[in-house]
Amino acid sequence: MSGKEEEGSLRETLESIRVEALEAIREAEDKESLEKARVRFLGRNGLLSRALSGLRSVPPEERPEAGMTANQVKQTLETTLELRVDELAAAMAPKEDEGADLTLPGRRQWRGGVHPVTVVIDEICDIFRELGFTRAAGPEVETDWHNFTALNIPLDHPAADMHDTFYLDDGVLLRTHTSPVQIRVMMESEPPVRILAPGMVFRRDPYDASHAPAFEQVEGLAVDEGIDFIEFRAAIDYFVSRFFGPTTRTRFRPSYFPFTEPSAEVDVSCIICEGSGCSTCKRTGWVEIMGSGMVNPAVFEAVGYDAERYTGYAFGMGPARIAMLRYRIPDIRLLYEADVGFLEQFA
Amino acid sequence: MDISINWLRTLAASIEGTADELAAALSSRAVPVDRTKVVGDGLDDVVVGRVIEVAKHPDADRLSLCRVDAGAGEVLDVVCGAPDVVKDALYPFIPAGGTLPGGFRIERREIRGQVSNGMLCSEKELGLGRDASGIMRLADGYTPGESVPRALGLPDARLDVDLTPNRIDLACHAGVARELAPGGVADVALPSFGGPDWTPAWESGDRSAAAGGVSVSIEDPDRCFRYLAAIVRGVTVGPSPGWLQARLRAVGSRPINNVVDATNYVLLELNQPLHAFDLARLSGPEIRVRAARGEPHTTLDGTEHELGSEVTVIADSERPVALAGVMGGADSEVSSVTTDLLIECAAFDPRHTRHTARATGLATDASYRFERGIDESGMEAAIQRCVELILTTAGGAADEAAIRVGRAAPDLVRVKLRPARVRAVLGLRLAGEQIAGLLEPLGFTVEAAGNVADPAEALEVTVPGWRVDVRTEVDLLEEVARRYGYESFPHERRSFRPSAVPDSPVWQRGDRARQALASFGMFEARSSGFAPESRTSGRAARLLKPLSEAESVLRTDLVPILLGRVEHNWSRGHRDVRLFEIGNVFQATDGPEARSEGQLPVVEETRVALVATGLRRPPHWDGSEGDLEISDLKGWLEDLAAGLGIGEIQPGEPGEADEGLPFGWPQWLGDEKLCILRDGRPVGVAGRVLTRAVDAPVWAASVYAAEFRLDAVQLEDRRAYRDLSMFPAVSRDLALVLDRAVPAASVAREIRSAAPDTLESLGLFDVYVGDKVGAGKRSLAWRLVFRAPDRTLRDEEVEEGVGLITANLEDRFDARIRSS
Repeated sequence: MSGKEEEGSLRETLESIRVEALEAIREAEDKESLEKARVRFLGRNGLLSRALSGLRSVPPEERPEAGMTANQVKQTLETTLELRVDELAAAMAPKEDEGADLTLPGRRQWRGGVHPVTVVIDEICDIFRELGFTRAAGPEVETDWHNFTALNIPLDHPAADMHDTFYLDDGVLLRTHTSPVQIRVMMESEPPVRILAPGMVFRRDPYDASHAPAFEQVEGLAVDEGIDFIEFRAAIDYFVSRFFGPTTRTRFRPSYFPFTEPSAEVDVSCIICEGSGCSTCKRTGWVEIMGSGMVNPAVFEAVGYDAERYTGYAFGMGPARIAMLRYRIPDIRLLYEADVGFLEQFA
Repeated sequence: MDISINWLRTLAASIEGTADELAAALSSRAVPVDRTKVVGDGLDDVVVGRVIEVAKHPDADRLSLCRVDAGAGEVLDVVCGAPDVVKDALYPFIPAGGTLPGGFRIERREIRGQVSNGMLCSEKELGLGRDASGIMRLADGYTPGESVPRALGLPDARLDVDLTPNRIDLACHAGVARELAPGGVADVALPSFGGPDWTPAWESGDRSAAAGGVSVSIEDPDRCFRYLAAIVRGVTVGPSPGWLQARLRAVGSRPINNVVDATNYVLLELNQPLHAFDLARLSGPEIRVRAARGEPHTTLDGTEHELGSEVTVIADSERPVALAGVMGGADSEVSSVTTDLLIECAAFDPRHTRHTARATGLATDASYRFERGIDESGMEAAIQRCVELILTTAGGAADEAAIRVGRAAPDLVRVKLRPARVRAVLGLRLAGEQIAGLLEPLGFTVEAAGNVADPAEALEVTVPGWRVDVRTEVDLLEEVARRYGYESFPHERRSFRPSAVPDSPVWQRGDRARQALASFGMFEARSSGFAPESRTSGRAARLLKPLSEAESVLRTDLVPILLGRVEHNWSRGHRDVRLFEIGNVFQATDGPEARSEGQLPVVEETRVALVATGLRRPPHWDGSEGDLEISDLKGWLEDLAAGLGIGEIQPGEPGEADEGLPFGWPQWLGDEKLCILRDGRPVGVAGRVLTRAVDAPVWAASVYAAEFRLDAVQLEDRRAYRDLSMFPAVSRDLALVLDRAVPAASVAREIRSAAPDTLESLGLFDVYVGDKVGAGKRSLAWRLVFRAPDRTLRDEEVEEGVGLITANLEDRFDARIRSS
């Protein structure tokens, strides 16, 4: 085949591509068919590319002209394509008079959420996880041995008055704290033990704004060789600054719990008034958040740990109370009513 | 426990600082102080007034006209509203022009035509007490015109100490003074009353002793360890002097008479409960400490009791005269005609005191202390101080011979304390002398403190008698820690080993379930675990002493509780309610005889439940959402099955569970019931709740509920990657007309069983019932997607596969392919 013929047929080919492509572009009524047309004519393996591969067989002296023609066709098609894209986009856009008011509310899904007390429990657990703690669980119906005796609380002693207990049977009760989980864990495992026991606890307190007969507690226990009061304080300080923020201060005061000694009550600077005094902290600037202390050797003896070899610390706090503080919930009963108006505020 | 700061200062003059400072010191070192209160502030204008004449107001029955000598040289006319003004008695008086605490100004004014030049005041008006029933009578001995605050030692401040059960030693002023005085015990000294001294000669015996014609015996030494008695004769019972009344008032204790006030004073000073009997009213006269024998007894609060043998009594030769360690009896009480006294100073057993108090429903200052333990080594000093105070304020003379029955005061307890243990538990490297320096101000004595070089060697620590809570080394560690100061410990981080106990699957499953259910648009509820019996099933475990009938048993299922919460929301006008809860349910087992050793009579299991009613989605302005249907519930369960592996969702009720607790509430379900099966075993139930099972308002929508065992949630991660095919998928739609009774699940199963393994997915996209398919029939339209991992499927292959499927369906169900 001669070069002339080649050139002639290339030009014709280009012309027929141009005509065909322009028609296809103009007739495309949506993005998909437009894209099809682009791929067909302008794609990497499109008709135009294929036609241009014929350029190699055109005699060198005629190639510039042929190349220019090809480029013109390409440019024309590209421009037309872009214009058509814009046209289509404009056509697709909803017209104002057809209700395209984007200030109208969208179509939503119901938003659910976990309970604010769960939020607090999870956060407590997450922070202590950083200190090597895991979560443990135990039954809510307990023996008085696990709930009192093993925790160095004699049944016939004023210390047991601190817990007004629901009994189900002789020696069978609803746990008054999650501390019996400590006992169960220690009886089953050897140190190092670093566990948290979140869960419901029960006291014979009638409902009022700050009491409920059932509420949550998170108990913590760390037992190993070499744990001392300094480590205990550092752990609690770490928790407080992570949970309440680095500017919150802690204060440790002597207290009494039969299963810890020395025992300490932990106060934090009031998160509402930052210590300047308000009704939440009763103008003291401090809010009590947990009872704690070094594990009493009597507890180790009850579970069969070597009290000379192991030391440890334990603490317990009320996530319901902490949730009330954090979210400024004035009445504990709101937590247990499951009013959706309340719950959706935490979703 | 109220502590007066003025009183503290009479015991230890070195105690300085404001009430708030002292409260902070006590809180940081020993026990919390709930609040402080200033007593008798703003009384500058109040003077002692003597009423020299009283007459009735001519025009008002309830008013009296008094002539009051207020020391200003003239006698003032005063109209008084109190019913009980006594001639020649002393009262707090504010002359016209003066002000009450709080700033109310007293003016000269006419009351029903009579001029009043001032006001006689009640306790309440002066902020000194709660009594507003009459004006406050002052003790004799003050001079009219004298400043009342000066006379009563006011203002004072009160610490409201929140005693922990161990620190009973802080229930008295001497105890708090020892904690707060800078030099500790060395700074504390009991002030003299300025009256006669009394040095008893003890007549002692193990079980009984007698002196001065009175015998005392302890019949049951388990109930009473020691009993000391002193005889005081010829007293004049009357009001206490002003200073003593003021001391008692300052801590909220009502003055009664000079004898009873003396016992109360010593109680509040030294912690030793004492009781004064009218000796003339004791038959014998004798005292027996013994178990009660079912006798009737009236305590001095006027209550009648029937005393069982758990009650310990003080009896005379005939009948009980007091409840041991709890309260005196009405008929041996000291009265205005009493002249001779028997003063009791005893050590009663804590447990028996507790039993006596419980059995009679009484809790007194005395029982509170006996239950926690008193200082047996301090009893002689306490009774001596009480007798001296009575002799000072009520006169008379005490027999030199006094009675002492029971064991000898026990030796002071000695406890070993190793400095090495201080280091191990507290992290403090303290030398023996440093430890002694912390303990000795509290009354401990530390031996060999200076020359114990080896920290593993123990110090010998002698515990003061009043520290009944310190018995072991760790008790001393606590003393060291708190005296060192919890806030003074160094701030250091320690390295730690992570827990050897794995994170509990209970919480991990809970996390997964919570996340999934919240993503369905549900709110987590938390409830008490209690239920009314009417909302339980099986054998609900009953509380022995429930707070109310509505919360008298433990819940046996979660859904009924959540339905109660839905009803609550309906009552608040919420129609769209979606709740879930993760919690324990309980069943009582077959009674104590059926349970094996160590097994509880109640079994529990953790469950997940959800209830939902109302719109499927939040209302939208195009009104496209409808109310939830059974299909929405099933969709949630299918999502849970896919995401959490809870099991297979099937229509119908589950069979009897052979493990775990039964699901009782499905009796409330109508025809639309589902069950969740794992390996063929029921793990959960679901369905539409019968309208009559809930108290629904007319506008409420249908309620759907589900409940399953938390352990149905799978934790193992069984996911594995499958190659993504590079080859195109081919889809075919298949509309089948079948008998209506043929379950869709069976059709799907048969499609799958006949399909070639290139069937990638199967979905139902249309269900039609109507004229076009004929009566008793329905059309199910399925979309089948085929894909091969290694090649492009040819049409013929797909057609062949579809052919096999349709042949199978025709064969099994007599299905007809509906042409589209």
